[in-house]
Amino acid sequence: MISKRVFLGALLSAVMVVGASAGQAAEKKIKVGFVYVGPIGDHGWSYQHNVGRLAIARTFGDQVKTTYVESVPEGADAARVITKLARTGHKLIFTTSFGYMNPTLKVAKRFPKVKFEHATGFKRSKNLSTYSARFYEGRHVVGLIAGKMTKSNILGYVASFPIPEVIRGINATIIAARSVNPKVKIKIVWVSSWFDPGKEADAAKALIAQGADIIMQHTDSPAPLQQAQKNKVWAVGQASDMVSFGPKAQLTAIIDNWNAYYIQRTKAVLDGTWKSQDVWGGFKSGMVTMAPYNKAIPADVVAMAEKAKEGIFNGTVHPFAGPIKNQAGKIVVPAGKNADDGMLAGMNFYVEGVDGSIPK
Amino acid sequence: MPEWIVPALLTIITASTPLVFAAVGEVVVEKSGVLNLGVEGMMIVGAIAAFGIGVTTGSATLAIIAGAVGGAAVAFIFGFLTLYLLSNQVATGLALTIFGLGFSALLGHGFVGKTFPGLPKLEIPFISDIPFIGPLLFGHDILVYGSVVIVIIVTYVLNKTRTGLLIRAVGENHHAAHSIGYSVNKIRMACVLFGGAMAGLGGSYLSLAYTPLWVENMTAGRGWIALALVVFASWKAWRAFFGAYLFGGITIVQLHAQGFGVEIAPQFLAMLPYLATVVVLVLISRDSSRARLNAPACLGRSFHASG
Repeated sequence: MISKRVFLGALLSAVMVVGASAGQAAEKKIKVGFVYVGPIGDHGWSYQHNVGRLAIARTFGDQVKTTYVESVPEGADAARVITKLARTGHKLIFTTSFGYMNPTLKVAKRFPKVKFEHATGFKRSKNLSTYSARFYEGRHVVGLIAGKMTKSNILGYVASFPIPEVIRGINATIIAARSVNPKVKIKIVWVSSWFDPGKEADAAKALIAQGADIIMQHTDSPAPLQQAQKNKVWAVGQASDMVSFGPKAQLTAIIDNWNAYYIQRTKAVLDGTWKSQDVWGGFKSGMVTMAPYNKAIPADVVAMAEKAKEGIFNGTVHPFAGPIKNQAGKIVVPAGKNADDGMLAGMNFYVEGVDGSIPK
Repeated sequence: MPEWIVPALLTIITASTPLVFAAVGEVVVEKSGVLNLGVEGMMIVGAIAAFGIGVTTGSATLAIIAGAVGGAAVAFIFGFLTLYLLSNQVATGLALTIFGLGFSALLGHGFVGKTFPGLPKLEIPFISDIPFIGPLLFGHDILVYGSVVIVIIVTYVLNKTRTGLLIRAVGENHHAAHSIGYSVNKIRMACVLFGGAMAGLGGSYLSLAYTPLWVENMTAGRGWIALALVVFASWKAWRAFFGAYLFGGITIVQLHAQGFGVEIAPQFLAMLPYLATVVVLVLISRDSSRARLNAPACLGRSFHASG
């Protein structure tokens, strides 16, 4: 009885909805598939990927038919869903969460003629590309603003899983914040989920109760922002402009914009020029943008943020410019140098200024 | 006393309330011999029904009613299929969850990005201002108090009234209940509808008060936790109440512990509430004869008058 329930619960957590935007049959027509980790209505990460999918549909019209599968758990279920897409004639498949890395690699081996694109991972093969955005560039700008705007000198960070992507965001934030305000501390709460509005809200409440007056998140729902609004503290939107959930609270938001990349890669498959590659775009490529700044931010802080953004765009500012020390005080990036992409991609240490240790 | 304690305890109340509703509703359903695994589906439909009506009309009262009606409407589908068409309860319940998640996403399409001001707090002048006790006991919204009242009513009705006796009778031995002239399926249908309404209220609490917004799949597995709590509580409403608070409490305490830099793996902490549930389940079901006494004897079995 009990074991049956637990089993059924696990089974049901794998519930997914398959949708497709149909197009009319055309001469040369390809099918492009997307796998999302959350629902497209999350108003965050998966929502933005879906915006990219819709951009493909708009650009290519009848030439391309897109399919998506949402709320696919990371793990064995993902392999099944990706295989299904590959088997049903999809020529290009985007898998849009870190945890799909190994399943995507496995399926890519079995379907050498299908092109795969995995977001935020680092394993590639002949028919498997990786792509990601340098969200840490946005985190740098946010860190500067947060350092100036905090009164309690405590930043609250709602985190998902201790993977390099998330660690990098935390480090970029604290480095930038401490560069303008050395007294800043950061409190991190891991919710072990990408999407659980209730738990994300609870984490935000816990952080606010412990004195944080700026809430940042690396989870996908607008719930933490909404809690910030309710408790009259600041917050930063994640993945998409979440200003409607916290018109007073949202300082700005780091927006993911996949449209250009998705269109470009679909075109490459249509033209037959697709090659396996690794793309990591930031402000410059337009993959990362910032939402409009909150009007309550003083003009000089906005000017500072804009200057940093411009500097990153031009390459004169690097969020991980040396000297950078790790928690033990040892220099990991010497003065005058920037952290290279290898270090950034595999980042598994906290920089000086973060308390506690990375969960193992 | 550190000032974070009161906010932490308040968070436990909000985290536990949706579970209380859903679990207590399911206790009644299962007491009548019906196993409805569709709690998650009923919750999420309740959540969107409440949120949709709340945003459209601006009335919190109508929103709460809509949440209960939404949950009960989905439960009616389940009741009709399993009680009258004799479909398999386990399969139908699972289908109900899948249906509820998809249907709510469809209904909620136009509500993504909208916000609701939240439920009004019932403040009592002066008393609400008493330190510590004031904010903990007063100043909540109607659903929090409602969840406590429901637990008391359900406990009383199940154990002390004729209605409760009937519900337990059809759950323990539907043939006997039938042979002395009671309509097994009507009683069961009433319980299923009640369970649906309660799950709907739990969902409403999520979308109206807990996180007053609509996002797909926002119940995030709470329906399944409520189902586990029913077994955990050995089919007793007041135990389900404490189970929900234990679960909510551990969840919140671990989030606070992290904020204070307690060096325990968050994965372990995230697992704790579930682990605690399993441990208690093992403890209460150690004695298998007693465990069997607790479970309604006809749980999950369809009734047909000729059978």
